[in-house]
Amino acid sequence: MSDAEDIERADAGPDELYGCPMAQRRGQVVIHPTRDTYIDTVKALADDGYTMCVDVTAVDYLAFGGRSLPAGVQAERFEVVVNLLDIEAGRRIRLRVQVPGEEPTLPTLFDVHPGTEAMEREAYDMFGIVFSGHPDLTRILMPEDWEGYPLRKDYEIGTIPVQFKGAHS
Amino acid sequence: MTNTSYRAPASMVRQTAEDAQELKPRSEVPAAELMREIGAVLRMSEAEAAQLGEIPADPDEDQTMIINMGPQHPSTHGVLRLMLELQGETVLRCKPIIGYLHTGMEKTGEQLTYFQGGTNVTRMDYLSPFFNELAFSLATEELLGIADDIPERAVWIRMLLSELNRMSSHLLFLATNGMDLGAVSMMIYGWREREEVLRFFQKVTGLRMNHNFVRPGGVAADLPPGWRDDVLRLLDLIPPRLEEYDTLMTGQPIWRERLQGVGVITPTEAMALGATGPVLRSTGISWDIRRGMPYMRYADVDFDVIVGSYGDAFDRYAIRLNEVRESMRIVRQVLDRMPPGDYRIQDKKVTPPPRARIDESMEALIHHFKLFTEGFKVPEGEIYIAVESPRGELGCYISSDGSARPYRIHVRAPSFANIQCLPHMMRGGLVADAVAIISSVDPVLGDVDR
Repeated sequence: MSDAEDIERADAGPDELYGCPMAQRRGQVVIHPTRDTYIDTVKALADDGYTMCVDVTAVDYLAFGGRSLPAGVQAERFEVVVNLLDIEAGRRIRLRVQVPGEEPTLPTLFDVHPGTEAMEREAYDMFGIVFSGHPDLTRILMPEDWEGYPLRKDYEIGTIPVQFKGAHS
Repeated sequence: MTNTSYRAPASMVRQTAEDAQELKPRSEVPAAELMREIGAVLRMSEAEAAQLGEIPADPDEDQTMIINMGPQHPSTHGVLRLMLELQGETVLRCKPIIGYLHTGMEKTGEQLTYFQGGTNVTRMDYLSPFFNELAFSLATEELLGIADDIPERAVWIRMLLSELNRMSSHLLFLATNGMDLGAVSMMIYGWREREEVLRFFQKVTGLRMNHNFVRPGGVAADLPPGWRDDVLRLLDLIPPRLEEYDTLMTGQPIWRERLQGVGVITPTEAMALGATGPVLRSTGISWDIRRGMPYMRYADVDFDVIVGSYGDAFDRYAIRLNEVRESMRIVRQVLDRMPPGDYRIQDKKVTPPPRARIDESMEALIHHFKLFTEGFKVPEGEIYIAVESPRGELGCYISSDGSARPYRIHVRAPSFANIQCLPHMMRGGLVADAVAIISSVDPVLGDVDR
């Protein structure tokens, strides 16, 4: 299937799946639940065979607000991306939840998929997204007293100036 | 966003601390967190935990002690730090504390072009670099829309290297697993065989590790002359050595005693924790992405998915040992089927021109210069591609904003998810078993911390 066809189909109008806007690109199914329907959607998916949560991560879209989303999805600063896997049928589904920058909170998936505990901690550590109801929401990769959230787009990266041999500094 | 002068933030100068991440005395831990630390996996919401009143009848705090294992412990495979609550020699609670090897590679990945990205991702899981490069390349190719145009030879070269890499990684596991359990001569044997595989990698890619050889569009170079003889030599060399391992370990009563029934995990628990790879397969679930959702040409080759039945450390050992054999089986088929042709896509936007063309063609020179300075632009979109690495599902999530650098690159690290099974596996075991359990999960800390 060519890429153009795929994008065309995604543009042809968003389908719905589990009551959420759905887009299918390059053979991957992506649904966009809201923060309120997020947990229920994951539960419904778990009942339908998506029994494994392989990944929870986030993206900070601060510098890329104009990304294309299906109609009916309000773009926010953060997006939490959840990858679910159905090992019986060999299929995947991806959830993208919009999380506003002013109030970056999202209910935890811990009760549905206990394995997300560490992944949510990583998202908290790197983006400052607070997962309410999480049993142990501490930083996981950075030291506990670290200031700032490194993977946010407004987090400054340090650079070391390149020294060229023989150049006047 | 980039500044030219470097000044270390105050937080980089002073001492840092893990504080709240550490294992705390029971009196300070809420019920749900406590359940997590004692390894309860199912039924873990705080309400339910309180309802069940099922905090086990563990001894009082004054009879237990909390100790650190790592980050400098030789059997923690790098810088994994475990905090254990012990009563005598029995482990009651466990908490992995990670991040000592965190180098911000996902942040670095945002600063590098897709062209340079391979050098970054290959250093994550440093024992299976080809898989990192592969996941990254497959994801980039999907975004570029060239995934179906990759030359056959490139695909089969990728499969050859993947399977050889699986062998080298598992051989290293056999070495370290032996070492951790006191079969010290195994350490030498495992490293010896792995070195044979790495020697082949060196011949092909120029490096033993961190190859940056699998690149978006294909592979960096064609296989060198004589590669087939080298692979055949490997395939002759390793099977008898595996037989020796069987004699040394598999059938040996002490070895079995140390591993059987240690670190047991059930299928439901492994799935709930998101464990993949040998950890999941040891419980009897035959999930292998190569079989379940085939990528590249895995649908065209014969191999068995090795599964265990008890979910213990011995199963995980046996699975890896036999996966080496299965990988060799795949490698033999790759040898038979390796097609001739290009080893990378002839798309001027993605592939740099051959060196000789640069002298003749102005355009080639321009393409070369543009690719190496600016890289190539990747259409807007986001993608998640997963491959079966020796440790489980290695996924690469890329979100592109249409520029030459990934807007966000995230690697789903199998070791990161797998070590979350440790509290569960450790509970009730002995400290000596803890070493066996860590080893049986085979975490790579570069992969965990990224």
